Amino acid sequence: MRPEAGRPEAGRGENSAETIPIRTGADVSRVRRSVATAMAVIGASRIETTRMVTAASELARNTLDYGGGGEVLIAVVGRMTRRKVELVFTDHGPGISDMSKALTDGYSTGGGLGLGLSGARRLCKEFEIRSVPGEGTVVKVASWTERP
Amino acid sequence: MPDSTGSNLPGLLSRYQDRILTDWIAAQSEVGVLRADLMREAELRRQSRSFLSHLIAATKNGLNFDIESEQWQDVRDMLTEVTNFRVDHGFTPTETATFILALKQPIFECLRDQYKDDPATLVNEAWSATVLLDKLGLYTNDIYLRGREDIIQRQQQEMLELSTPVVQLWDRIVALPLIGTLDSARAQIVMENLLEAVVESKAEIVIIDITGVPTVDTLVAQHLLKTAAAAKLMGAECIISGIRPQIAQTIVHLGVELPQVATKADLQSAFAHALKRTGVTFSATKPAHTR
Repeated sequence: MRPEAGRPEAGRGENSAETIPIRTGADVSRVRRSVATAMAVIGASRIETTRMVTAASELARNTLDYGGGGEVLIAVVGRMTRRKVELVFTDHGPGISDMSKALTDGYSTGGGLGLGLSGARRLCKEFEIRSVPGEGTVVKVASWTERP
Repeated sequence: MPDSTGSNLPGLLSRYQDRILTDWIAAQSEVGVLRADLMREAELRRQSRSFLSHLIAATKNGLNFDIESEQWQDVRDMLTEVTNFRVDHGFTPTETATFILALKQPIFECLRDQYKDDPATLVNEAWSATVLLDKLGLYTNDIYLRGREDIIQRQQQEMLELSTPVVQLWDRIVALPLIGTLDSARAQIVMENLLEAVVESKAEIVIIDITGVPTVDTLVAQHLLKTAAAAKLMGAECIISGIRPQIAQTIVHLGVELPQVATKADLQSAFAHALKRTGVTFSATKPAHTR
């Protein structure tokens, strides 16, 4: 599945983008570290960084456990006054057949708490999910900092 | 791949053994893989001579390109030794493979002298030598990687063991300071260590301190809840301490509930709580400010 809907928006400033494959549990740790670094680049607060890193951890693990692996694009975009970290998780797994159920607290097809996806949605300022059964899932989340 | 039968390479190797060895060692110095800073020349000489004689022995009964087969056993063992030596002494994979690849030039030169008047045979024999030496060179690469992976695995194992100590704080009170990422493998070890400690020290209170855990996501929360539930089954109460403000907020947003577990902001409050629960009180024997 191509992440058409999830391309990070173009912007000026010191933009950067990095793609990290998600194939093992160690990759999930690597995603967390890279997201923390990106959040430091835009000067995010400690609480905002923790929220974004935790959401990234949930989504990366979903990509691994339910999507059968995939990748995440971590992009720092935006202008001087508003800088943004965007994450696009892509997998080519079985997809999500019932989206509203998947976003319900406590619903899990695996052995988890069923709070990862819905929790990540609450933790991020922007959250977008697109899934086609049999093709895969793309989740795009974002957080930003604003300076006057 | 050329037909291995009928190659004169084995005969040539043993005929020109001394010349090849000399030229090979010279070639290795020339391309800079001697690395006098990392190994002595005598050692290189020994490894080179030993490899060449194993190579001649392995090809004695005809050239066989399947280097995984029985007749290559000694050569493979030799290459493993040579490669592990280089892994331990800080050589790069390229420098390690070049040990073998540097053998091409001296062999080619012998072939050139031998088959000056027979270009077709010269090309065939050179091709055989190339195929063989490439395979052996790549084999050192595999060994090199395997050596590195062994080191990484060993370190991971050591980290797993190092990072989950159970500390006895007081009679019947144990603490488990967690540091780093709590993935499933570590969570399993943490739980085992903790439950063993509960039995050993007859602990009534178990404090799990997560000050050093950078991210508490739903998987970490689930592992903590399971550990607490298991401790409870064994008759110990579980306190989770070291919940920083940002972690508290994140847990709330995730929607994780910790109904069965007492939680405290830091280890000190958790310890105070534990002492109270076990009925321990302290009193000062002297006024605090006398000198």
